[in-house]
Amino acid sequence: MARAVTPARKTVNTAAAWIVALIIFFPILWTILTSFKPEPVAVASPPVFLNFDWSFDNYRTVIQQRGYGQFFWNSVVIAFGSTILGMIIAIPAAWAMAFVHGPRTKDLLMWMLSTKMMPAAGVLVPIYLIAVYFKMLDTQILLTVVLMLMNLPIIIWMLYTYFREIPVDILEAARMDGATLFNEIVYVLTPMAVPGIASTLLLNVILAWNESFWTLNLTAFNAAPLTKFIAGFSSPQGLFYAKLSAASVMAFLPILILGWFSQKQLVRGLTFGAVK
Amino acid sequence: MGKISLQKVEKRFGDVSVIPPLDLEVEDGEFVVFVGPSGCGKSTLLRLIAGLEDTTSGKIFIDGADATQLAPAKRGLAMVFQSYALYPHMTVRKNIAFPLKMAGVPQAEIEEKVDYAARVLNLSNYLDRRPGQLSGGQRQRVAIGRAIVRSPSAFLFDEPLSNLDAALRVNMRLEITELHQNLKTTMIYVTHDQVEAMTMADKIVVLQAGVVEQVGSPLELYHRPRNIFVAGFIGSPKMNFIEGAEAAKQDAKTIGIRPEHVTISKDSGAWKGTVTVSEHLGSDTFLHVETDLGLMTVRSGGDVDVHHGDTVWLTPEADKLHRFDDKGLRIA
Repeated sequence: MARAVTPARKTVNTAAAWIVALIIFFPILWTILTSFKPEPVAVASPPVFLNFDWSFDNYRTVIQQRGYGQFFWNSVVIAFGSTILGMIIAIPAAWAMAFVHGPRTKDLLMWMLSTKMMPAAGVLVPIYLIAVYFKMLDTQILLTVVLMLMNLPIIIWMLYTYFREIPVDILEAARMDGATLFNEIVYVLTPMAVPGIASTLLLNVILAWNESFWTLNLTAFNAAPLTKFIAGFSSPQGLFYAKLSAASVMAFLPILILGWFSQKQLVRGLTFGAVK
Repeated sequence: MGKISLQKVEKRFGDVSVIPPLDLEVEDGEFVVFVGPSGCGKSTLLRLIAGLEDTTSGKIFIDGADATQLAPAKRGLAMVFQSYALYPHMTVRKNIAFPLKMAGVPQAEIEEKVDYAARVLNLSNYLDRRPGQLSGGQRQRVAIGRAIVRSPSAFLFDEPLSNLDAALRVNMRLEITELHQNLKTTMIYVTHDQVEAMTMADKIVVLQAGVVEQVGSPLELYHRPRNIFVAGFIGSPKMNFIEGAEAAKQDAKTIGIRPEHVTISKDSGAWKGTVTVSEHLGSDTFLHVETDLGLMTVRSGGDVDVHHGDTVWLTPEADKLHRFDDKGLRIA
């Protein structure tokens, strides 16, 4: 039976939802507001909310003096590169686990997931030393590979879940129809799993874009992405809150826009399989 | 050509033997039906022939060549699945064209063959639709279309009609039979429905627990079932079985009589009983009669006027009695 919704109840619920949403969103809103303030206003006490001289000066300074473009490009390369590389490895892996599972497949999946339970700092030293040995510190390739490895378990898990939804009959039909394993994956499996693959892709781009532990530790300047760019504003000369805010906004804006446009896909992908 | 021969083919999943070593010959152009209750291994057997499952031991020959280790696509067989297994993201045209595309057939020839298949199967108006926009029967025809464009040496059908409603099932049954008469290609058809088996097959293979109980033409199986299992499985309604003194009179452990070989009378006969349920189908009447020998089913004319609670007399046609020994085997 549907529950009765009185108008009063509806108003209360709506108001409550807005308040919760505002509380969650407030830090981001504050960052955006601060990014338009002059430095002294940014640290004023009591805080100034809207009544100040709005200006784009912080953005101008940040872009011109700190070379935003290169950081942005590094972020793009690392985030998309690691995700695509991860997909190339994960699609066949998830195919094998979903359709030719053996008695140990479940254990293998759990073991992979367990690697995500270890703090990243635990493997920092070995990975750092390997990077030094191969003279790859501060390169896009290193970051791409490391972030791919970090996110690979999640990519495989997500794809595995989506692939499990695909009836094996269809893949067998493809096999009867003369498709090689490669054709089966390219022409049949992948197109059918597009919603799942798309949301996996998006989620991992977001994870890689925002990843800061490895990017901060393994880059200096050449391969430094936007996370490093933001961190650069907490300098020994003191914190520049307004500029830091402007840099933060410019770091999250691209991914926010991407997320906004793909929201539908993302939600569908994340809840895929939850309800049959 | 489509002669398929299985020699001592065996399938085990771990310690579980699904199909004990089994021999079977399917002649070129034959319509063979594998029938049996669910879990009897008939689908597994079909999948072994298709190459979707590996045999544990034994050999499979297709057209005289050893195909045991060949990949499914290399066996020259086409399969129609119970779930249709159409590619949901492709149009009907692309679905039917898929095997040709995989075989690297030139585009012009693909189009020609797809158009031909669509004409044969009445799908010409639906070529640009996706499977999701088709009815169950149309989907099944697309699946068949995808199978025929390859001109396979044999077709494998895995319970293709189970997902259709009753009326459509009868239609598709006819269509598949007609298709077989036109193409004259070997067909192996798996079903649990003995009516499908009886109406379509040239040769029926009755399976139980992976063991072939009997191989023969539909009427052979009907008239001369080799054992109690086949006798009970083939024919609808099911054969009546009687044990004890009545069977001993005939020098048998069990005797069987089909419902259509029992005459019913209100006055006199061999066995007295009371009607518990009468099912009037119009053309026929199925009567369930409680007798001293157990519950018996009788098939009688549509106009028989017998109802619940009536006392009746049943008489079996003596020459239609089936006799079975203590191992359940037919006594000649």
